[in-house]
Amino acid sequence: MVPISYYLILSGILFACGVTGFLIKRNIISIFMSIELMLNGVNLSFVAFAAQWHALSGQIFVFFVMVVAAAEAAVGLAIIIAVYRTRETLNVDQVDLLKL
Amino acid sequence: MSPAGIAQAVPQGVEYVRILPEIVLSVSGMVIMVLDPLVDERGSQKLLGLIGLIGSVAAIAATLYQSQYPGLGFWGMVKVDAFSTFFHALVTAIAAVVILSSYEYMEVQRIRAGEYYGLILFGAVGMCLMSSAVELVLIFIALEISSISTYVLAGFRRRAAISSEASLKYFLLGSFATAFFLYGVALMFGATGSTSIAVIGEALRSNRIPVLAYAGVAFMFVGLGFKVAAAPFHVWTPDVYEGAPAPVVGFMSTAPKAAAFAVLLRVMFEANAPGRLGLIWVTAALSMTLGNVGALVQHNVKRLLAYSSLAHAGYLLVAFAALPNNGIPAAMFYTASYAAMNVGAFAVVSHLAGAGERFVTLDDYAGLGRRSPLLAATLTIFLLSLIGIPMTGGFFAKFYVFSAALQANLIGLTIIGVLNSAVGAYYYLRIIVMMYMREAREEVPAAIPVSPALGVALALSVAATLYLGLLPGKILAYASRSAAELLR
Repeated sequence: MVPISYYLILSGILFACGVTGFLIKRNIISIFMSIELMLNGVNLSFVAFAAQWHALSGQIFVFFVMVVAAAEAAVGLAIIIAVYRTRETLNVDQVDLLKL
Repeated sequence: MSPAGIAQAVPQGVEYVRILPEIVLSVSGMVIMVLDPLVDERGSQKLLGLIGLIGSVAAIAATLYQSQYPGLGFWGMVKVDAFSTFFHALVTAIAAVVILSSYEYMEVQRIRAGEYYGLILFGAVGMCLMSSAVELVLIFIALEISSISTYVLAGFRRRAAISSEASLKYFLLGSFATAFFLYGVALMFGATGSTSIAVIGEALRSNRIPVLAYAGVAFMFVGLGFKVAAAPFHVWTPDVYEGAPAPVVGFMSTAPKAAAFAVLLRVMFEANAPGRLGLIWVTAALSMTLGNVGALVQHNVKRLLAYSSLAHAGYLLVAFAALPNNGIPAAMFYTASYAAMNVGAFAVVSHLAGAGERFVTLDDYAGLGRRSPLLAATLTIFLLSLIGIPMTGGFFAKFYVFSAALQANLIGLTIIGVLNSAVGAYYYLRIIVMMYMREAREEVPAAIPVSPALGVALALSVAATLYLGLLPGKILAYASRSAAELLR
């Protein structure tokens, strides 16, 4: 059996990739995808812990995370379209009206 | 399934009472969404707003009714106690006042969309649930209900580029924070094997605390720190508050914040989070300092109030570092009095902003004392309360927080806080000086009369601010009682 630490390390790497992507990517869609990657990293650790504790609640949690991520994606893409309509760009560096 | 099993699988009648305010709010929100396309556009605003108002007032009544049935519901998911009742009443009252103060604003900005009121109610559902949830699954879902509604609300001036930009920033950083919160929850689950706050608290009290729990607390704190806009997780605050519609800022600087503080109180104290003191100490000191120093140089009133909101989050966090039995009531009192004064201040800002929110800089407030004395006096009361002048809610809020900190021997943090309050007085007074001692600029239009709905909203906010400043005893006693319940 694969030890649980492998799963946890992988989930940590996924989460870290997401954070890095969020910080260095300039395209709004890529930033959004990085957030999804972070959420999937979290999901993996939930499932791993659920298997370790023999507790089903961790796996149930994953379902809710997926549902919420889908709802978030719907709203997020709508917001991105609204921004694109007013600014005609998807580069965060050019969405800069609100800077001191 | 045996009959007993079925009885256990179906929630009892009283359990529905324990989520009654949420049901009332959701149903009124859905009624608004269904009616929105059916009624004609011109009349829709008044009617749908009225339904929203009735819904939130009914939710306050439902909260009072619900408070007679304390206990757990839905398999240990929600818990009705004095603590949840306090935040339910606070959030629904904020929603009602914000709906009242939005009528005129929506008219002036020519935004015709009924779902605005629906979203406020749905957001309030999430915030209410956040205060009564005792299971991390539900806390997460409630947090998202409230966040997603406020993301949309922030971008409600769809045609204005700054509004959608504010919405985008809020959305991206908010989801980023949510991911951190979730990772914290996952680690907490890994450390204790449960997502129920009571079980986690038990596990963290009894045996040796696993290292994972510390990491979990830190991650959850980062996520919630974003939601309450505490430094160093505050970078989004000024931008979002500047771009979002003014009444929405009044809403999202108070209600989601109060709810997130409620979650923080439950996670930190009921679950007995380890290693919290250092985190809170640093965050509180940073928030107070960065907020007050940042506000000094602002020229846009909404931005200024955003930095002020950061500073107030800092004062509030000081209470979290204090001993629980007087820190929790102090924090609860602070959320209430901050809500009263900030909703009021943003109601005034939204009235003065004018079509397209053109008049939101400090210069536009020059001569307001002469143009509309009553409005200027109202804003002055809110600003004095934000400074913390006696006779206003802001004074007792700060007083309780700092005395709780002193009793916990947090001398350093108290000194930083008091010094910061002195710095804070400067920029609030600057607005007052502008209003009373400068001549009005010519391009600012003559005062528009305040609409009755906004007048009621302002009167309620002033009444709440003065009530908390003159007779704080009752609210504080209630807060102490709920703190005792929380700690038991």
